[in-house]
This record gives sequence, C-alpha cells and structure tokens, in this order.
Amino acid sequence: MPKAFKTLFQEHYSIDSYGAYILPKELILQALQILLEKDNYTFLVDMTAVDYLNQKNHPERFAIVYLLRDHNFQNLITLKTYIDSSLATQSITSLFKSANWAEREIWDQYGIHFKNHPNLKRILNHKEFVGHPLRKDYPITQGQLCHKSDDLMDEMTPRLKTKGYSSQEELMFLNLGPAHPASHGTIRTFVALDGENITCAVSEIGYLHRGFEKSCENHTYNQIIPYTDRLNYCSAIMNNIGFAHAVEGILGVDLPERAKFIRVIIGELSRIIDHLVCLAAILVDMGALTNYWYLYNPREKVYDLLSKLTGARLTNSYMRIGGMSHDLYDGFEDDLKACLKEIEQGVGEALKLIEHNRIFHDRTQNVGIITKEDAINRGLSGPNLRASGVPYDLRVTAPYYHYETFEFDIALGSVGDVYDRMMVRFEEIRQSTRIIHQAMQRLPGGAICVENHAISLPPKKEVYGNIEGLMNQFKLIYEGVKVPPMEYYRAIEGANGELGFFIISDGSGTPYKVKVRPPCFYAMAAYPRLIEGSMIADAVLTLGSLNIIAGELDR
Amino acid sequence: MAVGAEAIFGESLITTKLDSAISWARESSMWPYIFGTACCAIEFMSVASSKYDISRFGAEVVRFSPRQADLLIIAGTISYKQAPILKKIYDQMSEPKWVISAGACACSGGFYDNYTTMQGIDSIIPVDVYVAGCPPRPEAFLDALLEIQKIQATQSLLEDRAKRVFKGVLDA
Repeated sequence: MPKAFKTLFQEHYSIDSYGAYILPKELILQALQILLEKDNYTFLVDMTAVDYLNQKNHPERFAIVYLLRDHNFQNLITLKTYIDSSLATQSITSLFKSANWAEREIWDQYGIHFKNHPNLKRILNHKEFVGHPLRKDYPITQGQLCHKSDDLMDEMTPRLKTKGYSSQEELMFLNLGPAHPASHGTIRTFVALDGENITCAVSEIGYLHRGFEKSCENHTYNQIIPYTDRLNYCSAIMNNIGFAHAVEGILGVDLPERAKFIRVIIGELSRIIDHLVCLAAILVDMGALTNYWYLYNPREKVYDLLSKLTGARLTNSYMRIGGMSHDLYDGFEDDLKACLKEIEQGVGEALKLIEHNRIFHDRTQNVGIITKEDAINRGLSGPNLRASGVPYDLRVTAPYYHYETFEFDIALGSVGDVYDRMMVRFEEIRQSTRIIHQAMQRLPGGAICVENHAISLPPKKEVYGNIEGLMNQFKLIYEGVKVPPMEYYRAIEGANGELGFFIISDGSGTPYKVKVRPPCFYAMAAYPRLIEGSMIADAVLTLGSLNIIAGELDR
Repeated sequence: MAVGAEAIFGESLITTKLDSAISWARESSMWPYIFGTACCAIEFMSVASSKYDISRFGAEVVRFSPRQADLLIIAGTISYKQAPILKKIYDQMSEPKWVISAGACACSGGFYDNYTTMQGIDSIIPVDVYVAGCPPRPEAFLDALLEIQKIQATQSLLEDRAKRVFKGVLDA
C-alpha cells in the first residue's frame, strides 16, 4: 500500500466512490513523486482526461486521471485531479517519460495544457485541425481536411541541439514512412543521418487515428465490440475479450466456466497468431523470406478455423458482453489440434533456420537495447518489457479466467534487444500452446453466456415464443446493456502487452467515455530514443521487434 | 520439344492490333503498390502468401516506390491526416496507372463515420475498382485484380490518360 503517500497527503486527498484519490492539481506532481520514489509506484499505466460537460456532481468540467502500478505490478492506484477554467496543469514528464506522449494526446483531444512539457503539440490529429475532438461539445462527424504534412523540424531542431549539432549542413534528413515498406502500417519516423548512422530521430503517429474513443460514445456496449476488433487487428479476439472483460467488471458478473475456458483457448490462439505475424514480418525485413512462409502458413490455417467458428477471418467480433456469440462447433477440437500441430511445425522450421544463424545473431543481438528501468519508466509492457527481464505478465500478477491454475512459464529476456524480443515471442507461442492443451482438457460443458437476460440475449425460442423474451431482445438491441455508473479500469494481457480499458459508464446502454490503454502507444513513444546512434537497417528491425500495430497505436 | 503456343504456331506470323498486344502483355504483369494502412493490409499479406498466391495473376512484384508501380491498391482506412500523402503517392505514379480501393473504409469511410476518416478516397483520387468487405477476403482482392485486367483490355494506347479530368478536394 502507498504508505508514504497516505501519511503525507491524507489531509489533502479525498476518495471518491469509485476508489480514486482526488487531489488538487497543484499537488499532483508532488504526490506522484512520493508515489514513485517512496512507495515504488514505478509504472505509469495510463493517463487520460475526462470531460464532465453532461454529468452533474463534478466541481469542474475537466479532470485528469492517472493510473499507476507498483513495482511488483500487484497494486493499482488511481489519482484524479480536477482542472479549473485555466485549463492547465503541471506536466509529469520529469517523473515518467511515458507521460510525454500521453500528455500530448490529452492536449490534442481535450485541449488541456501541461506546463513544462518539452513539446506540447498535437499527436493524433493533424496540424491544421481546429478544436479538440473528444470534448463533448465537438460534433462527432465534423472532419477537417488536411492539406500538408508536418515537417517535424520543430521537434528535430531542439533535438539536434541537445546532440551538439548547431548547423544541419553535415546531416542528411530522411523520412522513414508513413508510406514505407518497413513502417508496418503508417508510422512516420523522421531521421537525421550522418552517413548511415541515425543521430536524431523523431516519430509522428496518428495517420490511422480513426476516432475509436469518440465512436464508443455513441454506440451501445455490444456495438463497440466490432470497433475493438480493429484496434490490434492481428489478434482481434484478444481486444474483444479485453473490452468485454472490463465491462463485465463494472457489471460485477462472473462468467460461466465454459465461457472462461473458451476465452482462454481463443485468446491464446490469438496471441499465437499475433506473434506469428510479428515474427514473420520482422524476418522479411531482415531478408529471410523463407521464414515468412513457414510462419504465415500456420496463420492461414488458423484463419480457416476462425472463419468456421466466427464467420470472419480477421475481424471476428466473437465476444459479447457476458459471454460470446455462439458455442464452439462440432469438430472444433480436431481442427484446433491440426492448427497447433502446424504452428509447432512452422515455428520449428523457422527456428531451425535462424537459431544458430550467424547473420541473424549479428543483426539482432545488442541492437535496439532498452534497459529494465528505462522500459518501465517508458511504460513498455508485454513481450517488449519481458524481453528486458521484467517478469510482468497480467496472467500471473493479476490472474483472470483461472490463469493461476494453468501450468506455463513466463518467457524472459536478459538484454532487452531485438533478439530477446523475438525469442520471447517464439517462446510465448510455445507456452500459449501449452495453455491451450490444458484448457481443452479441462473444458467443461454448460452455458457460454451469463444467465441474465438484461445482459445477454435470450435464446431465439423465447424471443419468438413469449413476450418477456421479445422485450429482452428488443431492449438489449435498441438500448444496449445497462451498465451502472462507475469509473473503472481493467486490463488483460494482450498479445502486445497490457491492454486495458478505462470506462466511465453513466447507467445507460452507451459508455460516457472509453479510453484504451494501447500497449503499442508507449512502445512507439520509446522507439525514437532506441534507434538514435544505430544504423538505418537496425531501426527497421527495432520497429519490427516492438510489434507496432497502427490500429491500436492511433485508435 | 516445343510445347504450348510455340508448338501450335511454329514460325507463323500473327497479326493483331498494337493495342491488343500491349494490353495482353500488361494484363499479367501488373506491378502493384500496396498503400496498406490498416486491417486490409493484413489480408493483403494473405493474398501475397502461398495459399492465395497473387503471382498466379502476374502481380506479385510488389513495389514500394510509386515510380515503379502501375497499380495502386489502397488497403485500409484513409484518415484526413493520411489524405495528402495518398494524393502525393498517386501523383508520383506515372501513367498508365490504375487504382483499387479495397475495403469499406477506403471506399466509403466504413463504420468510421467520424471526425477522423475520409468518407471515401474517391474524393481525393480517381478509383477504378471498389472492393467491398471489412476487410475483403483474399478472393475479393483477386477478383478486383481480374476486374482491372478487364478494364485494361478495353483501353487504348492512343488515349492520353493524363488528360482525364479529375478534380478532388485536395486539388487546388
């Protein structure tokens, strides 16, 4: 527990009904410093702003929420501060490097200013954008044309100065992306080159900003499921699970056993195919095309299984609040076994080619290193953090769906370079396979949705057969699942790391606010610092090894 | 021993229109530029890999330089921020060139009817073939490629394609 924080600030904070500590904004920086230095709350999970325009009982219109975990990743603390009409507060970038982009996002989306921020400018929306779209009074469909891209020199020039370059004459400037084969989607990195060496790098994101969070505010909870598919589209079902899991947390429902096990099985399968596509892509970037076929073909096999199960190959929308859309089909187990066998074979073949391959080792070892402390401070999570040697896995630190009863190991790296990040993923594929085998053996029968027809749809027989069933169906479809008012954060271990949803519900069928904690976002923020000093070819591999998925990054 | 066309025709002469000969040659040697931004790009990876194998249609030489490509495949959401980049890439491709708009987002904005997303890329650049789906299945990508081949067959070399009139929202 945060002892030092509690003793020092007990006269200043109040605790709201959802368990968040409310502090005056002048004390936030101090409080976070105590939490970080005295109480070891070293991991800034996420920060976001809230616009309470349409909600009463709040002293000010805007508030900022900080979520932190302690060094064991066991305890989560929520701090909240209201922002007065000056719309400004202190930046916390001096304590948490991860806050840099998070604060820029809040400025971009809500227009709250952070004093002493190194470079407070828009991050998701374009330069010519006027207004702050996540404010409640910004019309959702009001798009604004962008005519010209940012030249990024406002970030590059000060960065060059810190490296001791006064003139730019001896350097060459190059854009890696947003339309570049190695940018894996649409990410732009602007580099200053001295020969082939990167002296300074600046990244720009937001090219795939699709307004996920704004769209959530005018859809019912179950209508949001398809949007979550398109966050990390390489493991769509994992996002479905994450979102449903958070909403179920607010509802306070416990899933039937069968539903939990199906979520484990399909979730781990998604993790595997996510890692497969990450590894396949990075190996292509390295010039190892053969591995791509070895790793991509099993993924193709899983697509067949998923389309049989859900009707879609990629964007499956399989989960629902309180369960899932339908049960496993007859013969699922055989198909799954065939998939796992092919995955094992593909991974084996790929590893055979690279495991003792000198070129592979030289290209990946000691490249793009991020240390333990730096990785935590920058908010990395998942395989990227574990590659640096931090055993943080939500399936172990905060188990859900009986993960504590499964036998599996956390794959850990020791150096935190490209090699470790890749090998951690290879090992996680094996461990996920282990979990799936155990879960299939233990898979119980029974219902796949909670037996509460205010949450999950009644069987069709009842809808057509009696008035109550019809009413339930009608209300659920038209009004959505009614979720009691709450401010709530819950996360799962996504394929890429901690995938969390901070949801503010207001009792209606539509969330008041949804904020995703996308694991990629923080990894991408760290990326420019990782590649400075290395060569262009290494930058490509470093990006691939972080597995940046634009849909999740830009939302 | 010769097999196939050369066995049948031997040393005979074939007369045809230049248009037909060039279209015939072009048809199976498209060089696509994949403007992949989102989920659809992941499906394109399947189109290119062994199971669906786009090289059966002669379009496997994927170029990442617009100067070397003649088929622009937009696979994914185009946001307002992305729009000027897409336009620049289209402008950098030399004629003749064709455009496939793949997936609901590129065609119409899809279910992203909000402040971020272009409601259809045909307001920036001209589109030849639209592909439905979110994302389209690989078969749909291949079908679009066949559609482009049909369009090619009807077009004459003598037509000056650069003179086609198109004015998008980003054209000054």
